[in-house]
Amino acid sequence: MATTTMTMAKALNEGLRRAMEKDKKVLLMGEDIGKLGGVFRITDGLQKDFGEDRVIDAPLAESAIVGTAVGLAIRGYRTVCEIQFDGFVYPAFDQIVSQVAKLRKRSEGVYTLGLVIRLPFQGGIGAIEHHSESPEAYFAHTAGLRVVSCSTPNDAYWMIQQSVEHDDPIIFCEPKSRYWEKGEVDLDNAPHGLFDAVVRREGNDVTAIGYGSSVKTILRAAATAATEGVSMEVIDARSIAPLDFAPMIKSLEKTGHLVVVQEAPRTASVGSEIVAELTERCFYSLRAPGIRVSGYHVPYPPSRIEDDYRPSVDRILDAVDRVMGFES
Amino acid sequence: MIDEELVQLLSPEGERVSHPQYQSSLSDEEIFGLYRDMVIVRRLCNESTSLQRQGQLALWAPVQGQEAAQIGAGRALAPMDFTFPSYREHGVAWCRGVPPEDMLRVFRAVSNGGWDPQRYRHALPTIVLGNQALHAVGYAMGVQRDGAEEAVMTFFGDGASSQGDVLESFVWAASFNAPVVFFCQNNQWGISTPSTLQSRVPLYRRAQGFGFPGIRVDGNDVLAVYEVTKRALENARVGGGPTLIEAFTYRMGAHTTSDDPTRYRVDAEVEVWKHRDPVERVKALLVRGHNVKSAVFGQVAAEADAMALKLRDDVLAMGRPDPITMFDNAYADAHPLIEEGRREMIELGISGGAR
Repeated sequence: MATTTMTMAKALNEGLRRAMEKDKKVLLMGEDIGKLGGVFRITDGLQKDFGEDRVIDAPLAESAIVGTAVGLAIRGYRTVCEIQFDGFVYPAFDQIVSQVAKLRKRSEGVYTLGLVIRLPFQGGIGAIEHHSESPEAYFAHTAGLRVVSCSTPNDAYWMIQQSVEHDDPIIFCEPKSRYWEKGEVDLDNAPHGLFDAVVRREGNDVTAIGYGSSVKTILRAAATAATEGVSMEVIDARSIAPLDFAPMIKSLEKTGHLVVVQEAPRTASVGSEIVAELTERCFYSLRAPGIRVSGYHVPYPPSRIEDDYRPSVDRILDAVDRVMGFES
Repeated sequence: MIDEELVQLLSPEGERVSHPQYQSSLSDEEIFGLYRDMVIVRRLCNESTSLQRQGQLALWAPVQGQEAAQIGAGRALAPMDFTFPSYREHGVAWCRGVPPEDMLRVFRAVSNGGWDPQRYRHALPTIVLGNQALHAVGYAMGVQRDGAEEAVMTFFGDGASSQGDVLESFVWAASFNAPVVFFCQNNQWGISTPSTLQSRVPLYRRAQGFGFPGIRVDGNDVLAVYEVTKRALENARVGGGPTLIEAFTYRMGAHTTSDDPTRYRVDAEVEVWKHRDPVERVKALLVRGHNVKSAVFGQVAAEADAMALKLRDDVLAMGRPDPITMFDNAYADAHPLIEEGRREMIELGISGGAR
C-alpha cells in the first residue's frame, strides 16, 4: 500500500491531476487558477502540464464560470469550477440553482451535469469579510445538487476524484483553514464512498457530528472529554447532502446523546436537519434533545474576533455537558 | 423605423432593397419555403393562444410579429450547429425540427422541457432571463476544444440584454473568441418595459464595447435576417469569433396570455407595426415578384390549418403525468430522499407504483 504524507492542498492538487490524467474531458476553470495556481495554490502546476485549454484562467465573473461549465457539460466536458472564496459564490447562485440543479430533470436525463464546484469554505484564516463563510445549507436545500466536504488530506485526494467521476453536480466544500495541515494519503485505495459518513473516533456517551474544519475541533474536544471521563464518538458527516444517517443512527442507539457542530449559523442549517432527522428516527434512543453548536446569527465577524464565533473546544464541551446533564 | 443602420433587403411593401454588403442568395423556391414556415408558425401560435383561452394550456408566449426574425435565423443554421433559446423561440424550434406538440408540453404544464435537445440540437426553453447565453458560450468553448467547424447561436430579447449573464457572456465570448452568434430579438417591449428605457444606445452597438461586431437587421425582413445570420454563423465556424445580431422587430401580441398590453402601449404603435408585418411583405413579393397564384397561398393556409387541428388533438391528448414521474431524473444516481419520496407516494396510493 503506497501511502505518503501531504497537506490537504497538495492532496487536492494531486487528486485533480489524477482526475485529469484519467479523463481528457475533465477541465478546470476559475479565477487565477492557471499561472498563479489559484490563490490557495490548489491548481499549482496543472496549467503548465495540461495546457491552457484544459486549465482555463477565467475572466472575473462567477456566474459565467458556472454558466459556461453548464454549456461545456452539454458538449460532453466535465468542468471543475473553482470559486475563489465562499463569499463570492453568490453571483453564480442563479446558475447553480436554476440551471445546474434542474437541467437533468428538465431534459429528462438527456443532460448529464457532471460538474464540480469547488468552494473553499469556513473561516479561521484571519481573512477580511466574504472570505470565511459557510454557505453549504443554501446548496443542501436545493434538489438536484449534492454537497460534500473533506476533512483530511486522504479524503481530499479521493473525494475530489470521486466527485469528478460522479454524474450529478457536486458542491465540493473545502475547509480552507485545514489546507496546510498534513496527513497520510493512501494513493491506491479510496477509503470510503463519496457519500458515506465515517466514525473518526469511537465512544460510548455522546455522539458528536460535524464536517469540514469542525471535525478536528470535535476530535480535540473528545480528547479533553476523555480525560474528564466522558467518552465521545465523533462522526465526520463528509456528505452534507444527502446525509448518510445509518452510522449516525447506529451511534445514537449506543450513546443516546447528540451534539452537532458547524461553523454556519444555526437557523435552517445542516445541523438543524441532522438533529431533526435523527430525532425522528431515533426518538426512543435519545436521552436528551440534540444540541447544535454553531456560528452565531450575525454576519461573519471581523476575523480578529472570529475564534469567538466559530465553535471552539470549550463550546463543544459545554454542549456535551448540557446533553449529559439533561436527564439528571 | 427607417434607419440607415438597419440591414434591409425587402421593404414592408414587398419591394427588394439593395444593400452594399448583403444580397439575398435565396432561390424563389427557398423564399416560398420561408413564407410557408412563417405562415405555419403563426397559425400554430394562434391555435396555441386559443387553446390557452379555452383552459387547455397554463400559459402561452405568442411569437406573432417575430416570425421573420426566427425563421430567417433558424433556416440560416447548419444541421450540426447548436441553438440555445429563451422561451418564445417557437419559430426557431420549428426550423430545428422540434414537433409542435413537444413545444407545448411546457405550456400544457406536463413537462419542464418537452423534447430531446440533443436530437434536434436545440436546447430546452430557458425561462430565467439570459441564463442560456452563458450555456451557449460554454458549449462554443467545447466546440473549439473539439476542433469542430460548428457554430452556436443563442436567442434572447431586449429585456434580457440587461441581465448580467448576457453581458458576462459577451465578455467571455470575446475573451475566448468563441464561435457563437448572439441573436437578440428587440421586440421593443420587456413585458411593459420599453427597450428604450433599458438601452441608451441601440443594442447592437454594445458589441463594439466588448470587442466584436454588432449588426442591426430588420427583424421583420426574413431575407435580410437570413443573410445576416448566415454570414455571422459562417464567420463563427471558421474562427472569426462572436457576432451580436439585433433583430429589430415587434411583439404584436401580449408578452404572454397573462399579460394585458393595452395598459402600457398605445394602439397607434401597434398599427404602425402592422404595416411592417413580416409575413405580408413576403407574400407581396411572391405575388408581384414571383407571380405566385392565389390558389397556392390557399394551399399553404389549408396545410397550416390541418397542422393546427393536429396540434389541438395532440395537446388535448396530453394527460396528467403519473405523479411518481416527478422523481425520475432529478438525479443521475441513487439518492435516499428520492427513494423515500417515491416510496411514500406508492404507500399513499397516489401512484400505481408503475415506473
